[in-house]
Amino acid sequence: MSRRSWVRPLLAMGLVAVTAVVSACGTSGPGETSAGSLKIWALEDPVLNKIEQKSIDSFKANGGNASLETFGNDPYKQRLRVAMGSPQAPDLFFNWGGGNLKEYVDAGKVADLTSVLEENKAAKDAFIPSVLDGAKLDGKYYGVPMRGMQPVLLFFNKQVFKDAGVEPPTTWDQLLTLVDTFKAKNITPIALAGTQAWTELMWAEYVLDRFAGHEVFKNIRDNGPAGWKDPAVVAAMSKLKELIDRGGFGQSFASVGYDAGGASTLLAQGKAAMHLMGTWEYTNQLDQSPDFVKQGNLGWVAFPSIPGGKGDPSNLVGNVSNFYSATADSKNLDAAKKFVTTTLHEDSYIDALIEAGDVPPVVGAEEKLKKSPNPEYASFIYELVLDTKNFQLSWDQDLPADDATFMLTQLQEFFLGKVSPQQFVDAVAAR
Amino acid sequence: MSSQRPSAWYAVPAFAFFALFAALPMLLVIYLSFTAWDSLGTPRLNGGENWARLLDDAEARASVWRTLLLMVMSWLVQTPIALLVGVWAAGKQRSRAVLSSIFFLPLLLSTTAIALLWNALMEPNFGAFVGGPLFLGDPDIALYTVVLVISWQFIPFHTLLYQGAARAVPPSLYEAATIDGASRVSKFRHITLPQLRYTIVTSSVLMLVGSLTTFDTVLILTQGGPGTATRILPLHMYITGFKGFEMGYASAIAVVLVVLGTALSLAVMRWSGFRSMSSQQEGS
Repeated sequence: MSRRSWVRPLLAMGLVAVTAVVSACGTSGPGETSAGSLKIWALEDPVLNKIEQKSIDSFKANGGNASLETFGNDPYKQRLRVAMGSPQAPDLFFNWGGGNLKEYVDAGKVADLTSVLEENKAAKDAFIPSVLDGAKLDGKYYGVPMRGMQPVLLFFNKQVFKDAGVEPPTTWDQLLTLVDTFKAKNITPIALAGTQAWTELMWAEYVLDRFAGHEVFKNIRDNGPAGWKDPAVVAAMSKLKELIDRGGFGQSFASVGYDAGGASTLLAQGKAAMHLMGTWEYTNQLDQSPDFVKQGNLGWVAFPSIPGGKGDPSNLVGNVSNFYSATADSKNLDAAKKFVTTTLHEDSYIDALIEAGDVPPVVGAEEKLKKSPNPEYASFIYELVLDTKNFQLSWDQDLPADDATFMLTQLQEFFLGKVSPQQFVDAVAAR
Repeated sequence: MSSQRPSAWYAVPAFAFFALFAALPMLLVIYLSFTAWDSLGTPRLNGGENWARLLDDAEARASVWRTLLLMVMSWLVQTPIALLVGVWAAGKQRSRAVLSSIFFLPLLLSTTAIALLWNALMEPNFGAFVGGPLFLGDPDIALYTVVLVISWQFIPFHTLLYQGAARAVPPSLYEAATIDGASRVSKFRHITLPQLRYTIVTSSVLMLVGSLTTFDTVLILTQGGPGTATRILPLHMYITGFKGFEMGYASAIAVVLVVLGTALSLAVMRWSGFRSMSSQQEGS
């Protein structure tokens, strides 16, 4: 083949490639925004998205312009990352606050909302301060709460407890005794969806908090992985190991999932006695095992205290709330600020959240919560959050993604007994 | 330039496609493997930091080992079964045709469906083997469970390859052997196997490279768990890149995968004499 005969195909090849790239860049899909229209991104939720859409509608009725796009959990996190640096970035984006938000703040992507909240006292004062603090970083507010509060509770099967003639645990020692009681009856004491590391994380979070107080993790978060070396961590993890080795979670938790047919079903069918889970467990059970909930067999208590532990027994862990944060480069920053200070605490929005079974992050909602579909449950959560000394965001959301991912892997190894408390600490501290 | 051969222009679409979707991304990944990038902001060059870390990463080493084990195990399980069933299914009998079409059913299912199906079957409390071994929950067993599921999915495909190839073996060879008084076993050994040689190579390359890059089955079946018992290299790359958002380091792992995959298929080709492939049949 002569040299010349190669040149033209090569040129053509380059041309095709360039055309493809150019046309790919030129097309912007539904993401394109006309000036003045707020682009809002949120996590997919069949019930809550409708409420969020309504608040957008009312914002529009008052002269604003906005549109909502929603995504599933993992795709959302990935999409947001990629979009934040591009012209496709949303103006307002859903997030979990804490360290998760901090990564974006540190990258200069998030607008400071402190002054606008100070100017709109009515908006600022409407929210429970400890919840609003969930998106406070270095003394500045970077987000406004927009969904219900979701602390982690210890759920239990009332029937199973009644049959065994025992009461739900209020202390760690009672919990250990209960493990033996249920084991003797061939019931898994605690259901654990061990295929998902975040379910195991809830145990580590509470045990460390009750045992050593919330400052230990705060130190890790603020001052880096070396904070894991605090001797309290090894001690707390050893306590947790005691529970695992005692058979607290049964033998098969490593392949139990959280989705249908997993840990929640074990609890509903009485094959397990307890289940530590976020408040969404209630709606989840209502959806999957309606009879179990309607017969009044689903019980809940706060996490037991650890006698002699430094942590306040009122401390909570979980999802403080979800937040809307504004993108720093947004062309519609003023509209975004207006949106978060007007729509998120207005009565119609809060009422809709309550109607959907959520516990809204606003003060003075006691009376309104009586109208909740599950008033007893909603009021319980509301009181817990109002009374808490500290509401710790889930560690995996509060640490940078890379550290969190590594920690979750180590935690799964720890629950399997492949890694000792000391090895766990050594591994995560060495990051 | 020979006028018999098609003009080089014909290769343009293929080359363009390859350049845009294979070569270019590969170059980008090599570049990224020398940067730190959390996919926020711009990649920052950090020299060989990712590569130094890769050498030091016990988890990466362990996942390479798991990947190799998975590869070898799936080859060992799949090849003999696919070969024997394929040769058997090559027979013209009606019963064989009926049984083979049932046997090929897994080919019609998507990987996702297969992984979800087996995941539900092996659920420890509500699955089909309650009280049995913890197929997905025991770190010592889980990788073998993955091998079984992958084999269940892909044996039919390889059987199909062998069936086609076995049917192409000239009957005259068998007839001659029958006249010489050869037994069934020696006919299989001395005629079928040598005739299927290149099919074995093709199937093995597909199997080895396929299991090197297996990802979807494991992601859905075990998510790399319990713990890290089934975290193979592609999954390690995914978790590092898309859960931990360490794109630079994940890119370094990706480069390793590319190199391993290429080396593997080159090695198999060379070792098996595939390059000098020529027909072994009469008249060619």
